[in-house]
Amino acid sequence: MNRNRRRDAYDVMKVREDFPVLARKVNGHPLVYLDNAATSQKPRQVIAALVDYYERYNANVHRGVHTLSIEATDAYEDARAKVQRLINAPVPESVIWTRNTSESINLVAYAYARRRLKAGDEIVTTVMEHHSDLISWQQIAKEKGVKLRFIPRTEQGLVDLSSIGDIINERTKLVAVTHMSNVLGTIVPVKEIARLAHDAGAVVLVDGAQTVPHMPVDVQDIDCDFLAFSGHKMLGPTGIGVLYGRPEILESMEPFMYGSDMILEVTYEDAKWNQLPYRFETGTPNIADAIATGIAVDYLTNLGMAAIWQHEQQLTAYALRRFAELETFRVVGPTDPTVRGGTISFTHARIHPHDLGTALDRLGIAIRTGHHCAMPLVKSYGTSAVARASMYLYNHEGEIDRLIDGLKHAEGYFSHAESRRP
Amino acid sequence: MQSLGDLDDLYREIILDHHRSPRNSDPLTGPDVEVEAVNPFCGDEVKVQLKAADSTLEAISVTGHGCSISQSSASLMGEVVKGRSLDGALKVRRLFQGLMKGDDLSEGDLKQLGDLEALQGVRKYPVRIKCALLGWSALEDALKKLQKR
Repeated sequence: MNRNRRRDAYDVMKVREDFPVLARKVNGHPLVYLDNAATSQKPRQVIAALVDYYERYNANVHRGVHTLSIEATDAYEDARAKVQRLINAPVPESVIWTRNTSESINLVAYAYARRRLKAGDEIVTTVMEHHSDLISWQQIAKEKGVKLRFIPRTEQGLVDLSSIGDIINERTKLVAVTHMSNVLGTIVPVKEIARLAHDAGAVVLVDGAQTVPHMPVDVQDIDCDFLAFSGHKMLGPTGIGVLYGRPEILESMEPFMYGSDMILEVTYEDAKWNQLPYRFETGTPNIADAIATGIAVDYLTNLGMAAIWQHEQQLTAYALRRFAELETFRVVGPTDPTVRGGTISFTHARIHPHDLGTALDRLGIAIRTGHHCAMPLVKSYGTSAVARASMYLYNHEGEIDRLIDGLKHAEGYFSHAESRRP
Repeated sequence: MQSLGDLDDLYREIILDHHRSPRNSDPLTGPDVEVEAVNPFCGDEVKVQLKAADSTLEAISVTGHGCSISQSSASLMGEVVKGRSLDGALKVRRLFQGLMKGDDLSEGDLKQLGDLEALQGVRKYPVRIKCALLGWSALEDALKKLQKR
């Protein structure tokens, strides 16, 4: 082994051994998976946790007195406590299991905003939200006569706080912002925005889908009222998400959906709502995937969120340096690695992103192309589609080299194709 | 060694040529019908304008933006259906859809498709078939509107 290599504890090659899919070849080439902003790959520990649940203690939770049900309930609640510790939530019951980030945001939209906001109130968001954190608020704005206001972006793709004092004001009731743009990679200063929002008397929702998997996120430090994120982007299975809510606020909210588990006492005429978090977890929950998400959290915390973030920051800086060598490709978003994460969107002067994506796939490199569920943002860059390479804890510099080589290759291919012209 | 040579099946010369220099791309003045198709997953767009006389497509305009497959297919489409009867154009659409689905077309049918045959390679890339069909859905809607008149 190369002894001169940085003596970081973080050993990416060792990490990779835990991810069976990374050994796969695609179109004859070793897979380079750079679509992590869409979904992450899963370590064998997470996959094993799913099998273990179904093979050994599959049972419904919270109801049974038998051994399997008790074990399933314990594992399900343990996973909640692991998520609580990951984001430094004050109590486990402030962590609600949902299906995904979108459902978490919808829960706040339906069970909080729709019931409390009225005509003349204002909701503030940014111009770089995922559709999940835009459309809910648009609909409430239309229904209730609420005004939706946007924090703009700078030329470089950062949030522009220069007129924030006007945008967030005494009419603002809710501020819903992403923690990191899923297109630009921009990190949004949510702590500062939360402080301004609270000063104005508004509640704050942070869309953490792109940060909780990658960096230390502390809800008490940010001082947000809600935090939404998904299991599948942080090594967990699909179909499971989280809504953190400040306990006092959750306590004051009525249920979002009605059914079993969310009730305390039912008569034929009425029902009393159950305590937190069950008031918001109607019906049999996604037990297996919640438990496996707990194992994913174990995996992340064993590596250390700070170490993961440091690894990704180094890789992002490296990737941006390599991108700077490519004259015909343009990075869409900030190019300063200290203000952004490892999601890098780019365009080429002539080659459409889909054609790039198809060419890279032939070389075993998985990137995403399109509007990335942020149509108005992508349009504001004068295009309807961008290509996006997004990194995670198992990516390394050799893969960035493969990406850059692949892009050069694709460019060569299409330029050569142009010269083939009759 | 990384090689993209096998992409030649997909990106045939004529496809890249039509992407670079789309045909019939001037808008029509006073079209009889105009239909726009958008692929919501990628944002690609194709707009088709038609002018017809005596059930024949006298003029067609095809504009839009997007990947080489969606735009070249639309451009080739305009060239092939121009001057045909409305029914004839709908038949070409059916044949082209068949080509994309992997139907075995007769020699005569392939002849009707003309240069569109170059898009056969798309079949090997199933996620790109919807790109190739984008302009055709606009054409079909436009033709049906014309027929209803």
